[in-house]
Amino acid sequence: MNLLLEARGLHLKFGAIAALDDVAIDVSAGEVVAIVGESGSGKTTLLRVLAGQMAPDSGTVRYLGGDVLGMTEAERRRLMRTDWGFVHQNPRDGLRMGVSAGGNVGERLMALGARHYGNIRDEAKAWLQRVEIDAARIDDLPRHFSGGMQQRLQIARTLVTRPKLVFMDEPTGGLDVSVQARLLDLIRALVHELGLSVLIVTHDIAAARLLADRILVMRRGQVVEQGLTDRVLDDPQHPYTQLLVSSVLAA
Amino acid sequence: MTEAGYNFAYLDEATKRMIRRAILKAVAIPGHQIPFGAREMPLPYGWGTGGIQVTASILGPQDVLKVIDQGADDTTNAVSIRRFFTRVAGIATTDATGEASIIQTRHRIPEKPLTENQILVYQVPQPEPLFKLEPHRAETRRIHALADYGLMHVRLYEDIARLGHIAKAYDYPVMVNERYLMSPSPIPAFDNPKMHQMAALQLFGAGREKRIYAVPPYTPVRSLDFEDHPFRPIRAPHACAICGSRTSYLDELITNDAGGRAFICSDTDYCQERQEAPKAAAE
Repeated sequence: MNLLLEARGLHLKFGAIAALDDVAIDVSAGEVVAIVGESGSGKTTLLRVLAGQMAPDSGTVRYLGGDVLGMTEAERRRLMRTDWGFVHQNPRDGLRMGVSAGGNVGERLMALGARHYGNIRDEAKAWLQRVEIDAARIDDLPRHFSGGMQQRLQIARTLVTRPKLVFMDEPTGGLDVSVQARLLDLIRALVHELGLSVLIVTHDIAAARLLADRILVMRRGQVVEQGLTDRVLDDPQHPYTQLLVSSVLAA
Repeated sequence: MTEAGYNFAYLDEATKRMIRRAILKAVAIPGHQIPFGAREMPLPYGWGTGGIQVTASILGPQDVLKVIDQGADDTTNAVSIRRFFTRVAGIATTDATGEASIIQTRHRIPEKPLTENQILVYQVPQPEPLFKLEPHRAETRRIHALADYGLMHVRLYEDIARLGHIAKAYDYPVMVNERYLMSPSPIPAFDNPKMHQMAALQLFGAGREKRIYAVPPYTPVRSLDFEDHPFRPIRAPHACAICGSRTSYLDELITNDAGGRAFICSDTDYCQERQEAPKAAAE
């Protein structure tokens, strides 16, 4: 397994609260890693630190051996446009609401230098179909889309440049259960098809079970347990993980 | 006949020095917007306060000034600015493009090619090409610093997707020296190709926005486009009703209440010159 992302000894304090307390994490190529935990456990902070959007007090983050925290803004943006993708919890944060669906999908292509309108449009159409949006809606604005469609559009916009590593922050948050199920199904299919590595933050244990190869359980800024998904969820060792797994409602 | 009580060309020498420093920086980094301390001028914002300050700072007693407004020498804005400099600097003015050493312009580039001995000063209402696309100035500055211009192409993409062609007919964004995205001021897209490798120095002044930028002589200026939707300079497909030119940029005039219209050259000096040389007008 070749290592994509490697973080060691991450510490970050917000005042007296330790958001990250000696966190270490590895993500290998083609691997889906879920970070679970309750609100305020430091999941999203960890994701932002790993994506270079926030600086930790101490610790290292390396991507393919390169130091993420020491990158210049230009290098970080370049990485964010090419090798990386970020799917926000709220599609409004990841989409341009005043730009058509096609323009949203095409933006990353154009930022990388695509200058052929027809090709950009064909690529955008193909991606809309891939995320189950009718290609006839290519010129509609995202604000006229439903929440689930917006989220799928955000995923298409992120994956169009075929990144290697995608950060997802609660991608199913705020959607109703049936829409969540379809979205998870879609993400799973795309991940396997494209061989993506994904680092997904979620408080939804079921989503983690469906998508992830490996799980990290966080509590008060610490990783209290980690291992293969089925192992952690079927045989939780740490009392907090046991509590988390037992509090999932059975349908 | 210089007005008493004013320094040469209205601005005091310290202010001129400050503006010249900004101009030198602007020339050193083609297309990059340089902030400067714009002064109150005796004309309203939107009438060319930026251009007039740039002109005042580079003006010398030997200079011959031409001022055009939408191509015309005889409109209010052009006449007023010309008279202003005659009064406060006592310099000579002209309508002839070839005789001027400094040309201050609002929204046109003269038809006649400019030379190395001339300076073209543009009046700019909005220097930021990403205005309307990105509301935060801090972010647009970062975009310029990183040359991260995908956003501008998204705008052009949207035009083609909705209208079938790039709808920007004026203030058409250009890439200067393959580095900085620049607003050419609201000149028609027709004039954009004239900026490319122009022999004259081009200075841009935005008074209200307090920015100066420049394109030095012989600098590549490229209009943004797509490979399959190339940039095209748009021109009304008519001949000038007065001089018969089929190559100059035309204004459309309404001639009566019955829907009558005529197309005439927007560059009045160019049109005049052609009328005086009837052989050329015959094509």
